[in-house]
Amino acid sequence: MAKIEAGMAGNVWKVLVKEGDQVTAGQEVVILESMKMEIPVSVEADGTVTKVHVQEGDFVNDSDIIVDVE
Amino acid sequence: MFSKILIANRGEIALRVIRTCQKLGIQTVAIYSEADAESIFVREANEAYCVGKPPVNQSYLNADEIIRVAKESQAEAVHPGYGLLSENAGFARKCMENGLVFIGPSPDIIASMGSKIEARKTMKEAGVPIIEGINTSLESEEEAKLAAEKIGYPLMLKASAGGGGIGMQLVNSEEELLKAFAGNKKRAESFFGDGAMFLEKYISEPHHIEVQILADTHGNVVPLWERECSIQRRNQKVVEEAPSPFINEETRSKMLDAAVKAAHHIGYSNAGTIEFLVDKEQNFYFLEMNTRLQVEHPVTEEITGLDLVEEQLKVAIGEKLSFTREDVNRNGHAIEVRIYAEDPKTFFPSPGKITEFQLPVGEGIRNECAIESGSQVTPFYDPMIGKLVAWGPTRGEACERIKNALENYKIEGIKTNIPMLIKTVSHEQFLSGYTTTQFVNEFYLPLLTSTK
Repeated sequence: MAKIEAGMAGNVWKVLVKEGDQVTAGQEVVILESMKMEIPVSVEADGTVTKVHVQEGDFVNDSDIIVDVE
Repeated sequence: MFSKILIANRGEIALRVIRTCQKLGIQTVAIYSEADAESIFVREANEAYCVGKPPVNQSYLNADEIIRVAKESQAEAVHPGYGLLSENAGFARKCMENGLVFIGPSPDIIASMGSKIEARKTMKEAGVPIIEGINTSLESEEEAKLAAEKIGYPLMLKASAGGGGIGMQLVNSEEELLKAFAGNKKRAESFFGDGAMFLEKYISEPHHIEVQILADTHGNVVPLWERECSIQRRNQKVVEEAPSPFINEETRSKMLDAAVKAAHHIGYSNAGTIEFLVDKEQNFYFLEMNTRLQVEHPVTEEITGLDLVEEQLKVAIGEKLSFTREDVNRNGHAIEVRIYAEDPKTFFPSPGKITEFQLPVGEGIRNECAIESGSQVTPFYDPMIGKLVAWGPTRGEACERIKNALENYKIEGIKTNIPMLIKTVSHEQFLSGYTTTQFVNEFYLPLLTSTK
């Protein structure tokens, strides 16, 4: 199982996937907003989203887990 | 003059306004969020009040709370700085309704220039050249497609309420337009609460050149020369200079005339900037008007010897401008670079704690900065942490001074764009004085791959 982490502190601007979704390597799953910039977070390998840990509007810190993919 | 003003901003610009107030004997009131409690601008103000939590919509954009603080601290006027509430007509109106002077133009002018579509129409009426394009809001992909066919590709798709490059994209074909439209419209809706989109013809080899004006409330408008701000990344300025090394005296004079005409036409007052795109034949076209002090105002101050914040305060209290167009100096050359807390290769922000910090000094060097060793750069605000300005009697000397100063800029703990700035100001294309908004793509980014 892969745990997708936030690359930096910021606000969760958009959650693009839900539990059960199939994702492919490189696909964006969450968009963070930090210092007035949108920062996409993508998955590194194909899989299925098993858990989404954040909601739009949440604040996350660097390396917080945001999505689990299996 | 005012005896006390509130500064509705943070960071280096709050400190910049405080400095002029100290010079003029005006008391200052700072407002800050919980994230900025330890900041220099909070300490330097005569009074400071926390107005909420770190996210801007809970603090620096909380108009009602800011106005409450202004009244309670008995400030007479509000300086909005740039960004945040500075171009918010509703805030300017609320200030007036509460008996506070808003240091800027009237709410109606802010609103009319805040809509890029409205501004295009107004400037056309004023006789200022605008870029070929459409002056109505595009509601659907279908409408955009039809409008695009009439003008011809390549085109710039833009959000009418946009700013900071958000909601703006270059499209080379119908396919790219269709792909870009919905996403940018949605982005404009969520960032600005207004999804109105329009199209402008793309100008090739565009130079971004803007004219600074000052206007009083007695109908006098004076241009303070121009600034060239072509070097940008993510559609945001990185290097600015005055005067422009590109345009000739004839173009300069025509651009200044156009800016004055525009300001007269709308009945402008206070400091403002009319931005133009200039093509390689030196034809210029209105881009937008910024109804506030600009980030890059120091380069104008360096060549004219004026203090723009002081002039803003004088205009706001009703004084007449004390000089005419002919009186304004154009002495030497000034260059400003914006220091961003970001990765110099990807331009992604780099928040964190600054462990070591020392500003460069030297002849003609000016720093606008509100951080120090131990400061925390938080993810809540713009990544710009300071500005470095170099003045020299010639452009060549200014280039040399800024490069030396950048090499002596000591900052540890976070990534900054300083390596990118050094490469930029020592690049032969920059030194030649011919820079376009494509500089970063054409000259800087290729440098990274070739030196690997």
